[in-house]
Amino acid sequence: MAEQRGLTGYRRENGRVGIRNYTVILPVDDLSNAAAESVAHVIPGTLALPHAYGRLQFGPDLELTFQTLIGTGSNPNVASVVVIGIEPNWTNRIVEGIAKTGKKVEGFSIERNGDLKTIEKAARAAARFLQDDSEKQREPVEASEIMMSIKCGESDTSSGLGSCPTTAEVVDNWVDAGGTVLFGETSELTGGEHLIAARCINDDVRARFQSLYDDYIDVLDRTGANLLGSQPTQGNIRGGLSTIEEKAMGNIAKTGTKPVVGALESAEAPSSGPGLYFMDTSSAAAEAITLMAAGGAVVHLFPTGQGNVIGNPIEPVIKLTANPITAETMSEHMDQDCSGLLRRDYSLEEAGAQLMEITERTINGRLTCAETLGHREFVLTRLYQSA
Amino acid sequence: MNSTLGKPDFLAHQEGDVVAVAVRDLEPGSIEGGYLRGSDSLALELRDQVPLGHKLALVDLDAGQDVIEYGLRVGVTTEKITRGSHVHTHNMRSARWQNSVA
Repeated sequence: MAEQRGLTGYRRENGRVGIRNYTVILPVDDLSNAAAESVAHVIPGTLALPHAYGRLQFGPDLELTFQTLIGTGSNPNVASVVVIGIEPNWTNRIVEGIAKTGKKVEGFSIERNGDLKTIEKAARAAARFLQDDSEKQREPVEASEIMMSIKCGESDTSSGLGSCPTTAEVVDNWVDAGGTVLFGETSELTGGEHLIAARCINDDVRARFQSLYDDYIDVLDRTGANLLGSQPTQGNIRGGLSTIEEKAMGNIAKTGTKPVVGALESAEAPSSGPGLYFMDTSSAAAEAITLMAAGGAVVHLFPTGQGNVIGNPIEPVIKLTANPITAETMSEHMDQDCSGLLRRDYSLEEAGAQLMEITERTINGRLTCAETLGHREFVLTRLYQSA
Repeated sequence: MNSTLGKPDFLAHQEGDVVAVAVRDLEPGSIEGGYLRGSDSLALELRDQVPLGHKLALVDLDAGQDVIEYGLRVGVTTEKITRGSHVHTHNMRSARWQNSVA
């Protein structure tokens, strides 16, 4: 692996390190999207994060929405946050959650104010925050301070042979350097979940992982979905995948070889030291990356086969493909073309070193393809319907 | 990398794998490939058409034998498979789920 170059980032009030410096306008609920987007329009340079939910949710589903919104505001790529909600109680809960990081955060509620007064007050706060944030400077940081996440999408056989093992090279390197990496995709582990269980560092972590996985299987059973009977899909079979185990191997290939040191609930922040963590997530790209960013990840590696175009508003997404057709026809989306692996133009180690270099440059400020194209998919995971 | 190969016809994930993956559409006849890691060259006589992304047998396999790919069991054979044959749902199945469609 190539020599590590000097990394820079923004050190936040709680010591955590980000690689971007966003002033975020965060709506608590769907009703507040219009005001949040108006503030971001009045104060260009701030970033609104509209989403579709946040009303009449209850129980664990509501808690997950709170945790995702608080985690998003707390992410070290975010310098400060203006929170806007329809009413004060839930708005304050989000504000108080983000305030624990020590960063600047103020909340505004629309009831008894209306959109226009709220927009004016929130815009004045946003303007102040943006000016203060513009003075924040990059400083030298260590790889061990940068939390990475990984998730693949639109996989095909080129993923298992090329882009996933290339990602694994960086993941192993990152963990060796004392860094933290999150992976998820509970459903896509099926058929290889015993391999992840075997890599868990102790019985406690293993029991936690198995419990999260079993919960997912229970949900499938309750809804009558027959995943095991429908996997691999007809499309997978056409592409050459023969069994559900084989499909899982391609996915697991990107997680590298290191032990799994923790198993996290959706959007939960790692708290037991550096290393490789499993997070319970959907396998839908936007939902999974939104949850991982809420858990604190600041840079994402995304291997793809047929060509997923995903991005995230606060966590840069680096995409790579080993499929030569995808690399050629979707080049504006691909930060790395590693299709030469299938032609043996270069080794896996060389492909890994190239991805490491791209990752380091992204950390230091170079925009990813998804950032350049304006991909800002921010999608909350729902556990069940609203009241 | 000092590969002894030109463009390979197939690649295997790991040494010890009993199947490899076609990296282009292949016709029966002499083919050459190797392992994803390393530069060893493997040659064999392909017996079937094997499309891009599909598997071929690197060794003779008995019925009921484990199919090893990524160094791990990804299924079992449902019939005897000769080296150089196409390996897919017609001659292998999931080892863990009898009701899997594959």
